[in-house]
Amino acid sequence: MNRFEHAFPYLLEGEERMGRAKNVRLYNGETKTSYEGGDVLLTSHRIIWGAPGAIENCDACLALSLAYIVFLEVEAPGAFVFTRSTKIVLHLAPPMTGKAPGPTPISAANLVKLSFKDGLEDLFLSELRNAVKLKKWNTVQPDLKPLPNKVLPVIKTRAGIVGIERNLEEKQRATDHSISAAFQDLSKLIDMAKDMVSLSKTISTKIREKQGEITDDETIQFKSYLLSLGIDDPVTRVSYSSESKYMMNLALQVAEILEIPVQEQGGMMSLADAYCRVNRARGLELLSPEDHLRACRTLNSLPSTNLRLREFDSGVRVLQLSSHSDEAVIEDTVQQMERNGTLSPEELSQKLGVSLLLARERLITTEKAGKICRDESIEGHRFYPNLFLQRE
Amino acid sequence: MTFDDWPWQYSFPPFFTVQPNLQTRKAQLSAWCDLVLKYHKANNLYVLDVREAQGSPLFCNADINRKLSLEGIAEVMSELHRRANAEPLDKGKTRWHVLWHTIDEWASILYSWADETGQTGSVCTFYEITNASDQEFSGIDQDVLLKALRKLEQAKKVEIIHMDDAKGVKFF
Repeated sequence: MNRFEHAFPYLLEGEERMGRAKNVRLYNGETKTSYEGGDVLLTSHRIIWGAPGAIENCDACLALSLAYIVFLEVEAPGAFVFTRSTKIVLHLAPPMTGKAPGPTPISAANLVKLSFKDGLEDLFLSELRNAVKLKKWNTVQPDLKPLPNKVLPVIKTRAGIVGIERNLEEKQRATDHSISAAFQDLSKLIDMAKDMVSLSKTISTKIREKQGEITDDETIQFKSYLLSLGIDDPVTRVSYSSESKYMMNLALQVAEILEIPVQEQGGMMSLADAYCRVNRARGLELLSPEDHLRACRTLNSLPSTNLRLREFDSGVRVLQLSSHSDEAVIEDTVQQMERNGTLSPEELSQKLGVSLLLARERLITTEKAGKICRDESIEGHRFYPNLFLQRE
Repeated sequence: MTFDDWPWQYSFPPFFTVQPNLQTRKAQLSAWCDLVLKYHKANNLYVLDVREAQGSPLFCNADINRKLSLEGIAEVMSELHRRANAEPLDKGKTRWHVLWHTIDEWASILYSWADETGQTGSVCTFYEITNASDQEFSGIDQDVLLKALRKLEQAKKVEIIHMDDAKGVKFF
């Protein structure tokens, strides 16, 4: 509303009348103003609003230069609105310097609306569009530009409540914009993710190059996180023509991601853990449990990888290193048993830092080898050294 | 009932769980068999009822709060049966004769006793046999005795005589 100026309805030089409308109300942004029921005169340069009869009598009116209009749209009445008024929404550029004083010196809104109570004639709208497009005010610059040296420094209000409000509003608009941009299209999101992947790739290569200089523990940890998190290029079904080829490459990738973690876990990792790790590394191109299982099955037929899928008699499936042998597990478990006298799966899982499931499998494997024996009671399962065989 | 000769396994908790490992289970069952026979011999018991056995100190060690499950007991009994150290008395295999000497052994023990004490050619009542002093078969279960003598009868070494209210046997 602060783009309006006080003016008399005289035509400037080169200005032409283009249309008229009656019973028009002005809106400042979304809020109604007291300027209602007036006449509107559309010229090639301006929109002039006057109280009823003011234009005919050449009384003071309000004028809005068409140069401010950035974009205009028509707001048709909604289905649940009783009025039949059509509104034209004018999105406006910031006020120019040297503007003549208007009715509202300051306004936060960057748009005004003209509400046509008696309906909007198509002719008026097309004339308005035409006028905005032709930009006659540029071609025929009125010579008698009054006081060209009167350039007032415009103070952008940053202080006070208005300033704070304006800041908040701008911030809000910026976030609004970025959110809508992000969610506008999922493919855009994926594009962004690709950027993120490439970013993490560059970071990880940078860190790798610096490897020699790094001594700080935290930096090393950070590096390992980064390396374990990001895969440069997730294998996706789309990029492979045949299912078997896809599975093979997927299996190779699974092996690549998991080999080191499996080593750290003592040579064995439950399939559920493996699934979580793989999907965390893949980030957005998530893998279905079924595909993951099939990829792990494929591992067994790939001699180049060090991981094998193994199914225990109990149905528990794990990924284990091909170098990993039951003998080592048994020996290790027997040693633990000797140290502790008796062990429950819970105790073993705590001592070795492996999952309960795997601890149980370790004990059962050792039991199968006849090294330990079990005790089932209401207190749960415990395992003891196999004295039946050892004391014979 | 007194029994002091508990083996070390009796205080080893896994002893009371049927071991899934075959080799281990074999060792475990053989330990159980030995214990059951020893226990019955020490207490001069001939009959074991599976349903009641869980309450007996034989299968229930109150000190470590463990007892062998019914399936475990059944397994021990069928192992004993395989070794001819037990015979079921009913189809459901709930009642058993526990034979710390197998029937064949009993038969030969009885016959050599008769031979040594000069009973061949004469008739003994079952009462006389079961109440013979200082013999392994003192207080032997009548049914077990009958089984052993039947074995001898098949070998034509004795003849069982049915009298009015008791049974007798003639050794040849």
